This record gives sequence, C-alpha cells and structure tokens, in this order.
Amino acid sequence: MAEIVLDHVTKRYPDGALAVDDINLTIADGEFVILVGPSGCGKSTTLNMIAGLEDISEGELRIGGTVVNNKAPKDRDIAMVFQSYALYPHMTVRENMAFALKLAKTPKDVIDKKVDDVAKILDLTQHLDRKPANLSGGQRQRVAMGRAIVRDPAAFLMDEPLSNLDAKLRVQMRTEVSRLQNRLGTTMVYVTHDQTEAMTLGDRVAVMRAGHLLQVDSPTTLYSKPANLFVAGFIGSPSMNFMSATLENGTLRSPLGDIPLRDELRASLEASGSGRDVILGIRPESFEDLALVAESDRSNGVTFKATVDVVESMGSDVFAYIKAEGGHASASSAELDELARDSGQADTGAANDTLVARLNAETTVHRGGTAEMWADTRALHVFDPKSGLNIGLGQPA
Amino acid sequence: MATTTARQKAGWGSANTIAILLAIVPVLWIISLSFKDPASINDGSFWPTDWTLENYRGIFDTSEFTRALLNSIGIALISTFIAVVLASMAAYAVARLAFPGKSVLIGMCLLIAMFPAISLVTPLFNIERSLNLFDTWLGLIIPYVAFGLPLGVYTLSAFFREIPWELEKAAKMDGATPFQAFTKVIAPLAAPGMFTTGILVFIFCWNDFLFAISLTSTTNARTVPAAIGFFTGSSQFTSPTGSIAAAAVIITIPIIIFVLLFQRRIVAGLTSGAVKG
Repeated sequence: MAEIVLDHVTKRYPDGALAVDDINLTIADGEFVILVGPSGCGKSTTLNMIAGLEDISEGELRIGGTVVNNKAPKDRDIAMVFQSYALYPHMTVRENMAFALKLAKTPKDVIDKKVDDVAKILDLTQHLDRKPANLSGGQRQRVAMGRAIVRDPAAFLMDEPLSNLDAKLRVQMRTEVSRLQNRLGTTMVYVTHDQTEAMTLGDRVAVMRAGHLLQVDSPTTLYSKPANLFVAGFIGSPSMNFMSATLENGTLRSPLGDIPLRDELRASLEASGSGRDVILGIRPESFEDLALVAESDRSNGVTFKATVDVVESMGSDVFAYIKAEGGHASASSAELDELARDSGQADTGAANDTLVARLNAETTVHRGGTAEMWADTRALHVFDPKSGLNIGLGQPA
Repeated sequence: MATTTARQKAGWGSANTIAILLAIVPVLWIISLSFKDPASINDGSFWPTDWTLENYRGIFDTSEFTRALLNSIGIALISTFIAVVLASMAAYAVARLAFPGKSVLIGMCLLIAMFPAISLVTPLFNIERSLNLFDTWLGLIIPYVAFGLPLGVYTLSAFFREIPWELEKAAKMDGATPFQAFTKVIAPLAAPGMFTTGILVFIFCWNDFLFAISLTSTTNARTVPAAIGFFTGSSQFTSPTGSIAAAAVIITIPIIIFVLLFQRRIVAGLTSGAVKG
C-alpha cells in the first residue's frame, strides 16, 4: 500500500523528443487512477517511469514517501500487467505466478499457498499445470493479473491489460478488474486509450495529450465539466458534437439557431475576452426529437430543422446522424484535428458537418427525411477556439 | 497457386528426384566402398560383391583413428560450447542494446566470417609455434571459436530479436536482476536458437580440414579429417580407399545423431503463448 506522487516529472529522450512534460499527479493510497489519451500522448511512458522501466529525466517520483527515481524496478515493490501479458512461455501457470516470489527467496510452502489462494480468486486452479500456450486469451489475461496479485505489492500498474481481448470478454474482465481492485484495496494505475474503460473503472481519470496532463477528475466531472475541447471530445461515446458559432449582443449565432446566453456564461465569456468566435459543444443526448419533448421543457432549448442522414437503432436509443438546415460551419482547431485522427474519422473521410443525436427509442425520424429537433441549451459547452479552454467553467483564458 | 496440373507435378517431381539423387549417390558410394574388401575396390560394381567389415575393423585396430576421433569430439564440443556462450551474450547485446560501435561490431563479425581462412594459416602457424599452442587442443579451439563466433552472433541475434521485449520487462518487474532475466527467461526461450547455432558451429569444427592439418603434427591434437589423410594401406601397394571410406562413414554418424537429436528443438514456436495468441 502506498501513495504515488509524480512531482514535476518530465521525460526527454536523448534525441530531444519530449514524451512527458512536467506532470504533477498525486495518487492516493488505495486509489484507482486511469491514465487515458490517444496513442503517443505519453501515458505508457508515464507508467513505465513509475515502474522503473524508463528513466526520469527531470522531477521526482515518490512511492510511499520515498524518492525512487534511481531505484531499480525490483526495489520499488510494484507489480505490472502488460498489454501482451508477457507470460513466460516456458513455465507453467504455477511457475509463472511463483516466479517473483521465487526470486525473492520466499519459502516454498508460502509460495504454494499464495499461488493456490490467488488461483482460487481468479478461477485458475485447474489450469495451474498448463503452459500459457494452451490457455485462451482470457485465461492468459487472468494469469498475468495473478502474477501481479500474488506478490501483494504496494501498487499495481496496468498497461492496457484488456486491449487484446475480444469485445465481450473485455467487458467481463473490466468488471472483474473493478471487483478485484475493490477487494484488494491496492493502489492501481491503469493505462488505456479506451475512454469507456476509463469512465467505468477509475476513481479518478487523468486525461493526457502530447505529454501534458489536461485534466484529472472523477469520470462524472470529466463528462459534465470538461476543462477543454480535447477532454470534451475524448470523453464520451459517441463523442460531443462541435460547431463554430459567433457571439452577437449576448446571443450565440449558431447553426442550430440563436441561443440566448445564460448570465453566468455571458459573464465568463466577457471576462475571458476571447473574441466573438467560439466553438460550441453539445453532447448527443442533449438532442431530442421535438415531438417527444414535453411542452414545458421546450423553452430550455432551441428547436431547429434538420435532415436525417443515417439512423442507427440500438433498441434502447436511436442514434441519428443529422445535418442542421441552417448550414453548419464545422469547427476546427488543433485539438479537434487530433481527436479526428485518433478516432479514425480523418481516414474514413467522414464529413464533420454531421451531428450525432441520441434520441428516445420512440422517435419516428427516418433516414433521408427531415425532422424537427430540439437541443437542450442548458447542457451547452462553449470553448475558446484558440486556447481550447472551456469558457463556461470560468477559467482564465 | 490453387491447383497444380499433372504436368507441373511431374516437372517438380523429376526436379526433386534429380536433386536428391545428386546428393545421395556420393554418400551411397562411400558407404558401398567402406564395405568392399581391398581386392574388389576397383571391380567396377556400385554395390559390393562380397560384403566385409574388414575396413571398419582395420581403422579401429590402431590407436591412430580412435585417438583422432577423441580429439575431434573434444575439440568440437569445447569450441561449440565456448562459441555459443560468448555468441549468445554478444548477440543479446546486439539485439537489445544501443551502444556506440554496434554497427562496427556487426561489420567486423561479417568481415571475419568472410575472411579467407587460408590466408590466416601461415601467421597462425607461426604464432602458435611461438606460444607453444601448436599441436594442442587449445591451438585448434581458439581459431574454431573465432570463426564460429560471427556465425553464432548472426543467428542468435535473429533469435533474440524474435523474443518479445516485454518478457524481459516483466522479469524485471518480478524482481529479477538483468542477469537473472537473461538466464531464467531469455536464454531458455532462445534455446532453439542456441541449438541451431551449436549444430552449425559443431559441424564447422567437425568438418574443418585446413586448420586441423596445418596446426597439428601428431596424434596429440590431430582431428579425424586430418588423420584420414595419413591413412596407409595394409601394405605399401594397397591404397587405403576402403579405410578412408569407413572412417568417413564413422565421422558422419555423430553429425547425423546430433541433428536428429536436436531437430525437434530447432522448431520455432517455443515462444508461442508468451504474448497474445
């Protein structure tokens, strides 16, 4: 059990590339923290630095109050689960799990007992004498976890442990990881590029981009109060819709129509001095088929006409890809470009002038038709296109 | 190609047959010669007319051949062992580490492997004489290791590159020192590579004639290929063809055993199951 503190930690490679830039993060004892971000954001490098597999260029890393910058991985008392599991193929499951204890010269009977206990927890008892090659993906994954748990370390580090599993198993194991962490109560740092995993697993989620820590908060706060464009676009699936808008006399002229501004939003907008051009962000669930919105609620939003491009019915909801009739100036910024790259949108060539709306299953919108839509403007986010900051949060620009 | 026509089958079949015949006929010929008695060596028949084990008995009669066999086995095994151990460490460094002069080292390896051995014989002969290494086991082991190493470094570094690096990281996280990570995790996984390298180096040492004939003068360190050259017939008028053939058959046997024993270990795929399937 230990608290992990990253104090101005920086990783600079010999060729000058800056992988991790001045990260400050305190992970409390027993906390489950997720590092999430697109590939190349420095999250795995950060994890490797905590593990001791990579040197720290600047700053200080403390585990349980001790500076461990120059300690070898074996002296840090942490266990790691790798994306590829990295099981020793020439050893049986039992030997794999016992390897660390054997190296630590633990007495044989203690090793056997610990391995048996952990095997029971992970339902691996009948596989103990098999080699990793004869196990299924899910079983290998559990062995990798078992190898970490058996040591009873101060902290667990997990590097995308579920990304090699198929979709169904991944959801199952996700629940399993969560249950395990509750049961063990050990500090856990978990790296993933999957925002769903981040949202469902962590006590706190740290969103990273290009070596910087953008926001560290609980999943709900990240979702409802994203600090900037990148976090807003990264967290949530389908992701937030963005469009550009201009500010005129206290109203926002947007593709959805004119939106009167809330007083506090107007105040922070004016305080930020970010000019007239802004980027609007609205989550898919903030849209609704106008016909299904109660009369009393309609005043909380704006109504607009839209053509329906594609309709995907999920049973419980309907995802509609719509185009506002007022035309839609697509927003652009460095952050949004990177998000598009990360999601593969740039590759598929999908137009980003389409909005995704998550509608009630009773909606009658159909493909190719036009529909009256309603957007809840209370849940609107306004971003500064230059700095990317969420103006609604009242942060200094 | 999804389908092969009968014509293609016949074409490939005859090509293969020719290749196999070309390889097997000299071997059969040697075996046949070894079973012929000296009088019928030149009778022009491919198969012996009357089979005899006289040639085999003859070469084991004196200590000349047995002593050479012992030298061969000893020198080849020791050279192979040293070369594989050194090569595995060097190959590991080449595969995993970035160090200054790495490309120079690889280039030097290649250079040594390409170097015409004949040009080294005279200097080696003089050096070994002044160092009292001439006609000793060590005198042959040193050049064998030197020529076996480049081969070893090349094959082994290819094997090490195949081993997922995460295994080493995992070992480190499990509390292994770099040396433990190498001996307990990496080396067992590279075992097929080590066996392959071992076999190649062993065959090279076993078959070498040039160094063996130049750097030895007595049965003290003379290996079989060199010793065969000193065979004489039973009288000065008989040629030792039968004995040479018998000796050639005998020294081929260890190689065949060696390859048969380890061919299962050479199959790739020992690392399956380490990382995702």
